[in-house]
Amino acid sequence: MILGRFYRSDRGGAFLLAGLFVLAVVVPVLNLAVPESSPFHLSTYTVTLIGKYLCYALLALALDLIWGYCGILSLGHGAFFALGGYAMGMYLMRQIGDRGVYGNPDLPDFMVFLNWQELPWYWLGFDMFWFAMLMVVLVPGLLAFVFGWFSFRSRVTGVYLAIITQALTFALMLAFFRNEMGFGGNNGMTDFKDILGFDLQADGTRVALFLASVITLAVSYVICRFIINSKLGRVIVAIRDAESRTRFVGYQVERYKLWLFVFSAVLAGIAGALYVPQVGIINPGEFAPLNSIELVIWVAVGGRGMLYGAVLGALLVNYAKTYFTAAFPELWLFALGALFVLVTIFLPKGLVGLWKRKRDTEP
Amino acid sequence: MYSFRKHSVFFSLLILLGLCGFSLPAVADFDAAVQALNSKSFSKKADAIIALAETGDEKAPVVLQAMLDSRLYYRKSDRRVVIVEKIDGGFRLADAATAQPLGEAGRRAVKKIGINNKLRGLLRDTLARLSLTSKDPAQRLAAAKIMLGNVNAATKPVLAEALARETDADIREVLETAAAMSDLENDDRTVRLRAVRLLDGSLEPEVRNRLNRLLEIEADQEIAAAVQQAIKSIEFKLKFNGFIETVFFGLSLGSVLLLAAIGLAITFGVMGVINMAHGELIMLGAYTTYLVQLLMPNHIEWSILVAIPAAFMVSGLFGIAIERGVIRFLYGRPLETLLATFGVSLLLQQLVRTTVSAQNVTVENPAWLSGSLEINAALSLTYNRLYILLFCLLVFFALMLILKKTSLGLQVRAVSQNRAMARAMGIRSKWVDAMTFGLGSGIAGVAGVALSQLTNVGPNMGQAYIIDSFMVVVFGGVGNLWGALVGAMSLGVANKILEPWSGAVLAKILVLVFIILFIQKRPRGLFPQKGRNAEN
Repeated sequence: MILGRFYRSDRGGAFLLAGLFVLAVVVPVLNLAVPESSPFHLSTYTVTLIGKYLCYALLALALDLIWGYCGILSLGHGAFFALGGYAMGMYLMRQIGDRGVYGNPDLPDFMVFLNWQELPWYWLGFDMFWFAMLMVVLVPGLLAFVFGWFSFRSRVTGVYLAIITQALTFALMLAFFRNEMGFGGNNGMTDFKDILGFDLQADGTRVALFLASVITLAVSYVICRFIINSKLGRVIVAIRDAESRTRFVGYQVERYKLWLFVFSAVLAGIAGALYVPQVGIINPGEFAPLNSIELVIWVAVGGRGMLYGAVLGALLVNYAKTYFTAAFPELWLFALGALFVLVTIFLPKGLVGLWKRKRDTEP
Repeated sequence: MYSFRKHSVFFSLLILLGLCGFSLPAVADFDAAVQALNSKSFSKKADAIIALAETGDEKAPVVLQAMLDSRLYYRKSDRRVVIVEKIDGGFRLADAATAQPLGEAGRRAVKKIGINNKLRGLLRDTLARLSLTSKDPAQRLAAAKIMLGNVNAATKPVLAEALARETDADIREVLETAAAMSDLENDDRTVRLRAVRLLDGSLEPEVRNRLNRLLEIEADQEIAAAVQQAIKSIEFKLKFNGFIETVFFGLSLGSVLLLAAIGLAITFGVMGVINMAHGELIMLGAYTTYLVQLLMPNHIEWSILVAIPAAFMVSGLFGIAIERGVIRFLYGRPLETLLATFGVSLLLQQLVRTTVSAQNVTVENPAWLSGSLEINAALSLTYNRLYILLFCLLVFFALMLILKKTSLGLQVRAVSQNRAMARAMGIRSKWVDAMTFGLGSGIAGVAGVALSQLTNVGPNMGQAYIIDSFMVVVFGGVGNLWGALVGAMSLGVANKILEPWSGAVLAKILVLVFIILFIQKRPRGLFPQKGRNAEN
């Protein structure tokens, strides 16, 4: 009954969840149960690649929530993603223990290299998984709260907000490039060994991380859909369409925006935390403004304000990126650039919008 | 005619003979002195050096310099003193006395004329003395500076003599400082006191070191107090000059920011179009400079002057193409404009990468842009930064003039204030849009020419400026050129003042954070637009 109602109210979402379910079943089976000699075997590399796309999809979902439904264009969402990733990276770094190049049981290699004597205070506690996970949620959330509280209270909107969020991620990138910050500087963190005692290179761990990504994406989708369909969601859409009117009706616009912004940042942080153990590295390049803008185009290509559009866009664009950068490395930036221009001019509602329009015109 | 020529030949021969007769002893002296440099003992060498300097021959400094640089050798076969130049597998020789080339020789055929530290000191003093009497003022000034703190009993009369003869005020000042420094060692306390007073406020680094040393050994209370006073005033002056230098660096950075932002102030400020490809238009201007220099490799001096209008045209045309091809479909949708122009920026970057090169290219600096303007011993301003500061102000006021005094400027302002009304008055608003955008883009190109003289030119150079430019425009107040000027200059100076105690990167972060906080407090910038226009 509930499923049927869900299908009728959100057909795209139902397809998405079904697709994710299929992925969750088929991919582990093809990777673990099918022998390597079989043509149906899925290599661990591919599993990790799909897992990476799913992390991007979660990030796109987070952006679509605030851009598509509340009209807040953040050009700095990559910063929250990277902060979540760094929190996870710090946990994985502590797990290396004395297996590093210098064999120091307490200090990560880069700190030994910099002649540091003891662990800085902000690294304390990261050897515990629960603490690291708490930080994955808290750090991006707190930054988003402080930033959003200042911005929304003084009614910084539209283009101005876009530019200062870009400045935010740029400033963070410059900061994380500094060795003195104690986050590995230019090289970031890598050479991770294991997570919760499981070897990161093992197929089983990879598949488990993949499953975690699928489940997180599906749960996040359902939560986002729930928020959008609730009364809260209606107020948020009202803010997007007529901010002043909503304010005059009596809603505290700033609170709604701030709440949604923080939630979106937390989702982005979780995406980053899932991303790092799968790709095995985190460095300040993740803060680059270009990454955050690319993220916006994923959402725009898929179709904003539809949630599943963002997921679709992230998967498609990233698959295209993997394909192009391998086959025609010269062409990728041309293709990406053209995508930006063409999608904004000809596909304001993205690919999903195109499909919907077609369906609406043929009754 | 014929007879005259015959006579003239005769006369010249006579003169030549006379000359030879007259100068032969001098040449002989010089030659003897040069050969004496190759004596066995160091004291004899010292005598030869003094004798050489006394001949007054103009080749003497060359020989002495060669000796100081360990390039003075003698040939083993005939013991002639030669000046050598290192080549592969041996030396190229020239006779020290006559400067005649003597061909090449192997390493074994010649032997170095050794010197010790005492001789080195003597050589330096002698060279300084010789150049103090040189005809070239620049050489005299350089020699005078060497004298600072190096005056001893032997050179003191030379200094007094040079001081009596010198007419150039700058050189006199240095010589007087040198004389005063040597007076600091005088036994007479009134002479010492006078010398300290004279040195008060001198910016030469040697003077400060010397005074600091004197402070430690000076027994006389009054002089010690005077020395302390002098050091204090020198340090104050140095601090002041350092401050001026910091401000200059700040203004220079500000002028770069302003150049990058000024085109944006037009397209974003006046038209309200977010052009993320602005940085790439700057990059195109820089590449135009590069191409112009490739086309006229023999006239690098003039290339910049050619590149300025060329870059204006190139970037301007690209700008018009972007406006006509992309932006005009997106008026009134600022966020979409932002994304589409970002796509354009990627296209332009890749275009440059595939057509020119993915690596940075070298743009040469014309000679008149290198070097520096020396204000005093503690402060010198480099010409390229100085010119760019002036150039940036020139561009700024030219743009101001265009917007305020030309009919295009009038139409631009009319369209930006009220599009519908402007159209009703018969202004072709679409044409004005294209022209305005072209103007802003063209100025970005001109900025690229200036930046090519300061930084690396590569496909990514535009990205470094885009965030800064937006910051300047937003900080200064959108739609306000004066705001951009004040914003750029204050951000530049703030950055450079923060730099010494926080490091360059942290200074940049602090400035960014400051702007982010500032925007929260005053969302419409330093100089917000007033009136009806401010509402939307």
